Amino acid sequence: MGASKRQPSTRTMPSGLSDTAALQGAAADSARRKRAYARHYWPFVVPAAVVVFAVIVFPWVFTLWMSLQEWKLGSGRSFVGLANYQRLLTDDRFHWSILRTLYFTALAVVIPVVLGIAAALIFNRKFPLRGLMRTVFILPMMATPVAVALVWTMMFHPQLGVLNWILSQFGIPPSMWVYDQSTVIPTLVLVEVWHWTPLVMLLVLGGLASLPVDPYEAAKIDGATGWQAFRYITLPLLAPFIMVAVIIRTIDALKAFDTIYVITQGGPGTASETINIFLYLNAFAYYNMGYASAVVVVFFALIIGLALLLLWSRERFKDAVR
Amino acid sequence: MSASTMRRRPLRRLLERIGFAFAVFVMVSPAALVFLWMLSLSLKTEIDNIAFPPVFIPNPPTLDNFRAVFERNDFLNQAWNSIVVSFGATAIALAVGIPAGYGIAKMRATRAAVLILIARITPGLSYLIPLFLLFQWIGLTGTLWPIVITHLVLTVPIAVWVMIGFFESLPAELEEAALVDGATIWQAFRHVALPLARPGITVATILAFIFSWNNFIFAMVLAGRETRTLPVAVNNMLTFEQISWGPLSAAALLVTLPVLVLTLVAQKQIVAGLTQGGVKGA
Repeated sequence: MGASKRQPSTRTMPSGLSDTAALQGAAADSARRKRAYARHYWPFVVPAAVVVFAVIVFPWVFTLWMSLQEWKLGSGRSFVGLANYQRLLTDDRFHWSILRTLYFTALAVVIPVVLGIAAALIFNRKFPLRGLMRTVFILPMMATPVAVALVWTMMFHPQLGVLNWILSQFGIPPSMWVYDQSTVIPTLVLVEVWHWTPLVMLLVLGGLASLPVDPYEAAKIDGATGWQAFRYITLPLLAPFIMVAVIIRTIDALKAFDTIYVITQGGPGTASETINIFLYLNAFAYYNMGYASAVVVVFFALIIGLALLLLWSRERFKDAVR
Repeated sequence: MSASTMRRRPLRRLLERIGFAFAVFVMVSPAALVFLWMLSLSLKTEIDNIAFPPVFIPNPPTLDNFRAVFERNDFLNQAWNSIVVSFGATAIALAVGIPAGYGIAKMRATRAAVLILIARITPGLSYLIPLFLLFQWIGLTGTLWPIVITHLVLTVPIAVWVMIGFFESLPAELEEAALVDGATIWQAFRHVALPLARPGITVATILAFIFSWNNFIFAMVLAGRETRTLPVAVNNMLTFEQISWGPLSAAALLVTLPVLVLTLVAQKQIVAGLTQGGVKGA
């Protein structure tokens, strides 16, 4: 993301020189020359293109081809057409994994975005030790996911975990956390929220830094309350930044793997088996390479589809605001 | 009336300040407490670690857990693997990513940029199946190469992405002056753009390194006994051994410590890179 932030440079046309036609012509000429010149830069891209094709594009194409094969590692391979996709249509375990992923994603987008906006509003004000506090706040985002997942696993322990002790201090009955089918996904969302709220905060904070001052002064003169100023000035102006955060969060939540795998491995039973875990098990526990490849293709389509939908709604939203 | 509001104001401001301080506390403490708890677990004896109610302050603190980590597993070997993989994948990403970012920025090749973007949003697992089969077929399994190569999936896109943004923001006049003076485009890149791009290169290096260091899934599938990286090794401690919280926390802390220190030192660059790059590792 962030593609939207990259505006085409206005440097090609020197400003302030457009007074006379001759100068305009010269500028256009120089722009044309520059465009022709641009072609000479392709050798710079060749090494990266080779790498990208080898480790990124080749796997995509190979996956498409594999998804049309019955391919169990160790035994042979045979072409089966769309049979893997047909099997996906009737595989209840796969359908449940999609529903679980969407449930997890919805929670793991909405909560971090709301908390992230709140945190950004807090960090946008000046207060003592702000730099230190902000550093501590973004540490979860940078920490090694496996390492923090292990600490959470210990904290979730129903008998010995520190979280149930904290609950007991507030008179709340202990929870089974990740050890119960009904609480496992909200608990994993809790880890995800802890992990990724800082990224939302940073994106929104960047937006807050770019806000103009004038509307607030006008609102103050007109006697608007703080909440009104937030609701009618800050929020609409922040909307594009919030949308970027929503898109990034959605993609990342759909892809979530490390913490779920380390903490529950999809359990108890299959209660936290998201698409990614289902995919992993099929590929590297059951070695159904063809079937797993079909899952990849569907999963990829789902991610791109949701990303495009969000981008499209963002454009619509922009038009509406304008 | 007005006198009473005058008198109430300082009190109100004080209450507001307390409320704000409380909000900061509520926001920051979950982040701090998890790491402090990790530290606490790693410095306590096993008896204190499974005590209920929990013991918070290690008394007296012990380094036995860290000693156990270094003695029991081939932790040093795994740390070495992690270092080789992360530095290798970062170095290759910079070698190909810096020129590519320059070329794409100069050519305004938006389509290439979109390809990089799609690569960033694809789940890492989807690359793993074909590459896993490929490495088996070529016979590279058992070496660190498959892990370095798969980590390029993470490091190359972030390096290219950061460098595109950086080169686009550089003023073009200096390079143009060099070209007018008869320098080749390679010389203009090497002697003019590259030195100016140093801050961007720092950002790309830090992010590529962290993404590679933190990555779990590629090494988990591809690594053999001898080629495990630290995240895989730590996860195996949880899965295959009798759970002892002290050594586990000590190992987890050691794995994430380099990244935490890097975050403390280079926070500015990381924030700049992430808000521009926008997308985290696969």
